[in-house]
Amino acid sequence: MEALTLLSWAFDATLGGTLMWLAWRTLASEDLFKGIVLFIAFGLLMALAWVRLDAPDIALAEAAIGAGLTGALLLGALAKLEAGNEGSQPLSKNRSKLVNKSVNKPMRFRWLLVLLPMLLLLVLAGGLGYAILNLPSQAVGLSLQVAGNIEASGVSNPVTAVLLNFRAYDTLLEMAVLLLAVIGIWSLAVVPESRESAPGAVLDMLSRLLVPLLILVSGYLLWVGGHAAGGAFQAGSVLAAAGVLLLLTGWRPSARFAGWPLRFSLILGLVIFVLVAVLMLLLGESFLEFPLRIAGALILLIEAAAALSIGITLASLFLGSRPQPDQSSSNQSARREELGAQER
Amino acid sequence: MSLTDILTILLLSAGAVFFLAGTVGLLRFPDVYTRLHALTKADNLGLGLLLAGLALQAESWTAVAKLLLIWLLILLASSSVAHLVVRTAQRRGIKLWKR
Amino acid sequence: MNIDFFYALTGVGLFTLGLYALIKHSHLLRKILAINVMGSGVFLVLVALSARTQQAPDPVPHAMVITGIVVAISATALALALMLRLRDASGRVELPEEPME
Repeated sequence: MEALTLLSWAFDATLGGTLMWLAWRTLASEDLFKGIVLFIAFGLLMALAWVRLDAPDIALAEAAIGAGLTGALLLGALAKLEAGNEGSQPLSKNRSKLVNKSVNKPMRFRWLLVLLPMLLLLVLAGGLGYAILNLPSQAVGLSLQVAGNIEASGVSNPVTAVLLNFRAYDTLLEMAVLLLAVIGIWSLAVVPESRESAPGAVLDMLSRLLVPLLILVSGYLLWVGGHAAGGAFQAGSVLAAAGVLLLLTGWRPSARFAGWPLRFSLILGLVIFVLVAVLMLLLGESFLEFPLRIAGALILLIEAAAALSIGITLASLFLGSRPQPDQSSSNQSARREELGAQER
Repeated sequence: MSLTDILTILLLSAGAVFFLAGTVGLLRFPDVYTRLHALTKADNLGLGLLLAGLALQAESWTAVAKLLLIWLLILLASSSVAHLVVRTAQRRGIKLWKR
Repeated sequence: MNIDFFYALTGVGLFTLGLYALIKHSHLLRKILAINVMGSGVFLVLVALSARTQQAPDPVPHAMVITGIVVAISATALALALMLRLRDASGRVELPEEPME
């Protein structure tokens, strides 16, 4: 039907144009807060673009991680930036133009400095565009090989099969990258503010209602990833959203959890992955090669551990610093002092 | 086109009209409070109409239940977030717009 | 032109836009935003080119992009922590301008 293709073309053209426009507004906005909010909207439109490109797994991951968690991280960093700058000029305004003017540059080179990068980037964009347009309009890629081997993988969702069986080594290294990010942030940490503030009634109710539901949805996404769009990363990101919601209400992990149990849950995904891989070596297969009978079960085991680790890792990334394990003991001593004062 | 298709198109169009009204309100209203008023209308009723139209096209009752859950969750989230935004705006001293 | 090529060209546009913003701005948070936009552009090119098949799209670039999204947020989190630490250590959150010699 001609009208339908024209409509879908119009929709795709509008979506692509809006993506470019949103990216421009994000990067060029004066106010950083506005820029970050526009970036979150950009991420959500990217999720729509993934749906148009037949990639529902990526759409789920982008909406949760790319738009939601990245937006929360950026807003948290902006809040910390502005909290540390109270009294001086607010850093939200773009001061690069002012700084440029303050440096002594000869006037005739200024336009060259602006024009030359733009020209080079136009050449780059033109070259990339030309290279892309010269590609064949139909290309099979690896989809036939994946479809041919999918029964041997243990799951029926091709993306999950690729992620956790055919290219499982990449996923293992990705879990290591997540762990590295947490280690890096914890070693850079500034001492966090003690935030046992009481949330308002609405935020309290919201977190009490949503967190169990988010855990349930995360389990569902984990299970359904075997045969439909979903999987460990999407489940882990929903779990991280529950963690971020808890952190926003002022909750901090208790002293018992913030020590070894937290560290254990952070490394659990990577450890289980490596253990299963080495177990395969010992059983006579090669590293990370799952035998047909237990491939499905092994993938589910790895995904479950990975989802838990990814959720706690991403929530720790949002917290931004190592949780202090002695906060609740200081709370307890404060309460004991109050009780002692009341008894007198 | 069957009756369900026509009903779906009507419901989807009505929902789209609500979203359009909400967006116009977001762009044109003078302060935070009135803009939130426009946005929450779009979220609650507009989304409800959209999901009702989609539910007519769903292939099983579990899909309808999932759509209902989505609507309830967005109702919960948008009203709570609207309340939180207003509370923060009041704390920052943003005054109500008076003509 | 296919619709997939249109999305791929949009990805190239996003990459170029992000690269220009990365070069132009000296504020570190803006640079981090620009890197994220560049990453989204690259993912769009990958997935758009993988959608050129007749029936099901090629799942290997999809897996790569999911991995890429997770790695991007890890890098963003670490970059934000570095930026905050730099601000605490030097009082400044913009890269210094270099005078023309």
